[in-house]
Order: sequence, then structure tokens, then C-alpha cells
Amino acid sequence: MSLSKLTHSALIGLWLGLLALPFMGWTGAGKLAATLAAGGMIWRLLIQWSATERFQEPIARLHRRAREIGASLAQINRTARLVGGAALFLILPLFLNNYYIDILSLAGLYALLAAGLNITVGSAGLLDLGYAAFYGVGAYVYALLSTGIGLSFWLGLPLGGAIAAAFGVILGVITLRLRGDYLAIVTLGFVQIAYLVFNNWDAVTNGPNGILNIGRPVLLGFTLHQPIHFYYLVLVLLFLIAAAIDRLTRSQIGRAWIAIREDELAASAMGIDTTQMKVLAFALGAGIAGVAGVFFAAKYTFVSPESFTFLESVRVLSMVVLGGMGSLPGAILGALLLTVLPELLRELASYRMLIFGAALVIMMVFRPQGLLGRRH
Amino acid sequence: MFLQQLINGLTLGAVYALVALGYTMVYGILELINFAHGEIYMIGAYLGIIYLGLFTAVGLTESHLFLSLFFVFVLSAATCAGYGMTMERIAYRPLRHAHRLSPLISAIGMSIFLQNYVMLTQGSADKVFPHILPTGFITEGGIPISGIQLFILLASVVLMGALQFFVRKTRLGKAMRATAQDKTMASLCGIPINQVIAATFAIGSILAAVAGGMVAMYYGVIHFSIGYVAGIKAFTAAVLGGIGNIPGAMVGGLLLGLVESLGAAYISSEYKDGFAFLILILVLIFRPSGLLGEKVPERA
Repeated sequence: MSLSKLTHSALIGLWLGLLALPFMGWTGAGKLAATLAAGGMIWRLLIQWSATERFQEPIARLHRRAREIGASLAQINRTARLVGGAALFLILPLFLNNYYIDILSLAGLYALLAAGLNITVGSAGLLDLGYAAFYGVGAYVYALLSTGIGLSFWLGLPLGGAIAAAFGVILGVITLRLRGDYLAIVTLGFVQIAYLVFNNWDAVTNGPNGILNIGRPVLLGFTLHQPIHFYYLVLVLLFLIAAAIDRLTRSQIGRAWIAIREDELAASAMGIDTTQMKVLAFALGAGIAGVAGVFFAAKYTFVSPESFTFLESVRVLSMVVLGGMGSLPGAILGALLLTVLPELLRELASYRMLIFGAALVIMMVFRPQGLLGRRH
Repeated sequence: MFLQQLINGLTLGAVYALVALGYTMVYGILELINFAHGEIYMIGAYLGIIYLGLFTAVGLTESHLFLSLFFVFVLSAATCAGYGMTMERIAYRPLRHAHRLSPLISAIGMSIFLQNYVMLTQGSADKVFPHILPTGFITEGGIPISGIQLFILLASVVLMGALQFFVRKTRLGKAMRATAQDKTMASLCGIPINQVIAATFAIGSILAAVAGGMVAMYYGVIHFSIGYVAGIKAFTAAVLGGIGNIPGAMVGGLLLGLVESLGAAYISSEYKDGFAFLILILVLIFRPSGLLGEKVPERA
């Protein structure tokens, strides 16, 4: 171990401690500097040791073993894997109390959202930061129609989806000429404007107080109200939508999206109607967000503007990114992890967003392709 | 009334312009929207209050008010420069050759991190700027302007002038412009582009720190969440003027401040924040190159 590397770690710790000094005071910053310096040194020592032969051998064995397991999993046929997964999630609630079932149905809701955003961002490569606006549109459409004219949940579901999709078409058409980060910023402005409207249009949305007493879903005369009911409801929704997305991304349309993502000019030269395909990607993603919004409104029987902010967009986006952009199982896995993990780390509640922000940076630096994504 | 709104708008606009310069300079060089730049401005505002508290504690503000204010600004600018450069080193430099979306997501993460860092260390309550400044209006020739407004306008003009001189005339400024035009070529000519980029972040952060400190003085109250909205508005200003274009950011900032102030007074104050976003969307759709920008070639 060269001494200079250790000094380097110490200097990094010292520098970051110095930056934190005005905010944390002498003791806080001192502790931070010491922790960072020690952590950095230990990390470097670990890396150094793991490079020696004594450690390389078991690691290589682990790698081989993992690859064998992966290969044998891949051999099981697709249907069997799907049935196995579905069976697992069907019987899972039997072993859990209401609290965990509630978390799982929340994870299901986010999985719906992530699956939808994965079409726009992952498949078509259009960075949509305004996704929470469509989610909000769906939720408010059902909230208003349910409290206003007593619209049933089962009609609200397609209607909320359709209206959100219509907004998706509008945003898609407006932003056709923009790409990359300009598109991201315009969609960000869109979610901000949607929030302002939800918050200030008192006559319709009841402003910051939100809308109460939204109707729950009624199935054959039975009102769904237990966490487990919503768990199975979202599971069915997720299954139907994920199956549809899966088939769609394998079709000509899905390949067209990928072509646009990789090189828009080349895609249009190959005869793909890029305008139509991009608007379709926006509309489909938005429609799924709308459906998720209707589910959200029916589950909590309450909506308010706070649920549909830019931060909500970022949360869903980070699920897609964590799973691996463009991978549907990845998006669902990302949603599951990012809903369940924060619940397990409840004691760290106040540090949650701090860790979340840092994790986004670390993720981008060390594994930008996500858990299940492919590096291109 | 109208004159009053005009001056309020110009003051606000000067602050937007200072923050916008940081966006535009970084975009000019890296084609990166430094999403966390608004947080540097917020950190600058907090540092202003923290350092001023320190100076007050040792009794310096009582004897030498203006001198200690000057040093408060110098110190917080230096600290923010450190934050800006560290941010670039950690969150952006490793991603310089990554997919276009990666740095943007990393920047969003950085922004969330910094906001929560300030919230956890400084508390989530509003932070109040101490009442030590002389208040009151100067009514020169019928124009009502407060001392702080005058200070903000003057300081902004001086800083922007200094920046123009720096970018046009100094060695480092020339290196910056060369790097903005073509990074590979610049590094072939012996320009240390990593250092130039770090310097760009430092300068942008200094301007944002001063803007933050002035806003803390002007409004008297700050909160850890102010960086986000101010950041978006400053970005709007940068886009309005033509992103990557330094005089454009100044013009865009002043224009946006005026629109917002007059819009809030004569149209609707509830949707005050909406004007900026509407302008942003309209400009990006109809004139993406901005008012003073050149036509940007298409990038994949």
C-alpha cells in the first residue's frame, strides 16, 4: 500500500470536512472529515487486498457459481418463470400483515408508473420529467368525476387513462422538435404548471386542501376496502399492463422506438415515422400514468397537489434508472426496491432523501446501465 | 406604482441574471444543464447569514458594518466556489463521456443531496437575516428605490462587467472560450481543459453565491428549498437570452425579472411562478436559440 494513496484519502476527507465546516460546526465537520478519511483509507485497503491472489480465487469461484445459476435460470422456459413469479406474488400476502401488504400494493402502484415511464424514457429515449403531471391528471379526473357524478371506478380507469394520454399527445406534439435535455426541461416546466393549476384552481380542484371522499372500487356489489383487496387489484392491473407492454416492445413499434432512441436521423431515413412514434410513446406512458393515478385516488380516497410534484417524477425516473432503462422487469424491480427499502430503513427517515440523492449520483458514476440494463 | 414594480423587477432580474450566468457558462462548455446550480445559490444565501452571524458574534458588524459585509460576501463566494468545483469533480467529471441522460440524472441527485444536506444541518425552519442593515427609501428625482435594491443593482452591474472583461481579455477567459468551441482542439493546443472546466464551475458558483447573499439581504428570510425554483427561473433566463451566450443571460435575467414583477402586479400573483415556465416552454418551442443566441446545430 503506497502511502500517497492513504494521504490522498485523508486530504479528500479534510477538504469535504472544510466545505461542511460553516454548516456543521467544528465537531460535526471534524467527525465528518475523520469518517470520510478513514472510510476512504479502508476502502482503498480493501481494494488493494482484494486484488491479491488469496482473495481473487474465492471471488472467481463465486463468479463462476453465480454464472452457472444464471445460466440454469435462463434455461427454465419463459412461461414457467412467469407462472412461478406470479404464484409467488399471489401467495405472498398470506405470510404478511396489513402493513407490509400496504407497502407491497404501493410498490405495485409504482411498478405501474415505472413500467409506463419506461416506455417513454427507456424504449424511446425521451427524457420526460413531467410524468407526475399525467399521474395527477388521472387522479384528479377520477376524483372529480367520482365525487361529482358518482362515476364508477371501472369506468374511471379507462377514462382517466385516456384523458392523461390526451395530455401526453399534446405535450408530445408541442415538444416534437426538442431533444435531450431541452425536452427534459420543458417537461419539467409542464409538471410545475400542472402543480400550480392543481394548487390554485380552487373552484375545481379545491386548491391545497385536495379532494376528499373519493369513491372506492365496487366489484359485484362488494366494496374493496382492505389493503389486501388493493394489493390484488394492482397486481391484476400490473399483470395486464406489463403483458401488453411486453408484447408491444417486441413488435414493430417497440423496435421503432429503440431505433429512434439509438439514432433518430437514421431511424427516419429507414422509413420510420418518427413523429408518430414519439407521440405514441408519450401518449402510452402518460396513459399508464393516468391509470395509476385513478388507482391512487381510489385506494387513498383522497388527492392533493402535493402528491404530483416534480419530486414524484424523479422518484419514478430513478426506479426506471435503477432497474435499467429499457428493461421492463428492471423497471418493476426498481419500483419494488425503491418502495420497500426506504420502508425497511424507517429509522433513517430524515436521511432518506439525502441518501436517495447521493445514490442517484453514485449509480450514474458506477453503474449507469442499472441493475438489469445492458451497457451500449 | 408602475415605477416601483419596474424597480422591483429589475432587482429580481439582476439576481436571476447572476445565477443564469452560471448555467450558461457551464452549458457553453459542457452542454450540461447543471441542475444543482440553484442549490449553490441557496448555499450562498445560507452562508451569507452564517458568516454574518459569526462577524456579529465577534462584534465586527457594529464597528465596521460595510467592511464586514464585504468580507461576508468574499468568504461565502470562496466557499461556494469550493462547493461548485467539488460538485463538478464528483458528479460530472466521471460522466463526461457517458450517455447524455446520465449527467442530467446525476445533477438531479446532486441537487436533492445538497438540499437535504442543508436541511439536516441547518434545520427545516426559515432562516432569518439579522436586522442590521439601514432600511428606508431614497427618492431620487421621484424614483422610489431602497438602499438594498440600489446595492443589488450596482453590485450586479459591477460583477457582470468584471465577468465580461475576464472572459474577453484574460488568458483564462480566452482558454474558456476556446474550450467552449472545441474541447479536443483546445486540449491539443495545450489548454488544461480539466482546470478550465473547474474554473468555470468556480466562477459560476461565485456569482450564484453573491446572488444568494443579496437575496437573503433583500427578502430577509430564506429556506432550504429556494434553490430549486430560483434555479429553474435562472435557467429560463439563460435560455431566453440564448444558452451559452453570456450577454444573453444578462438580458434574459433582467427581462424575466421584469415580466414576473409586472405580471404578478397586473395579471395574477398566484400564477407568478407559472410565467417563467410558460416563457421557458414558449422560447424553447419557437426560438430555441434564444434572443441573442446563434442557431444551434442539431445534436443527436
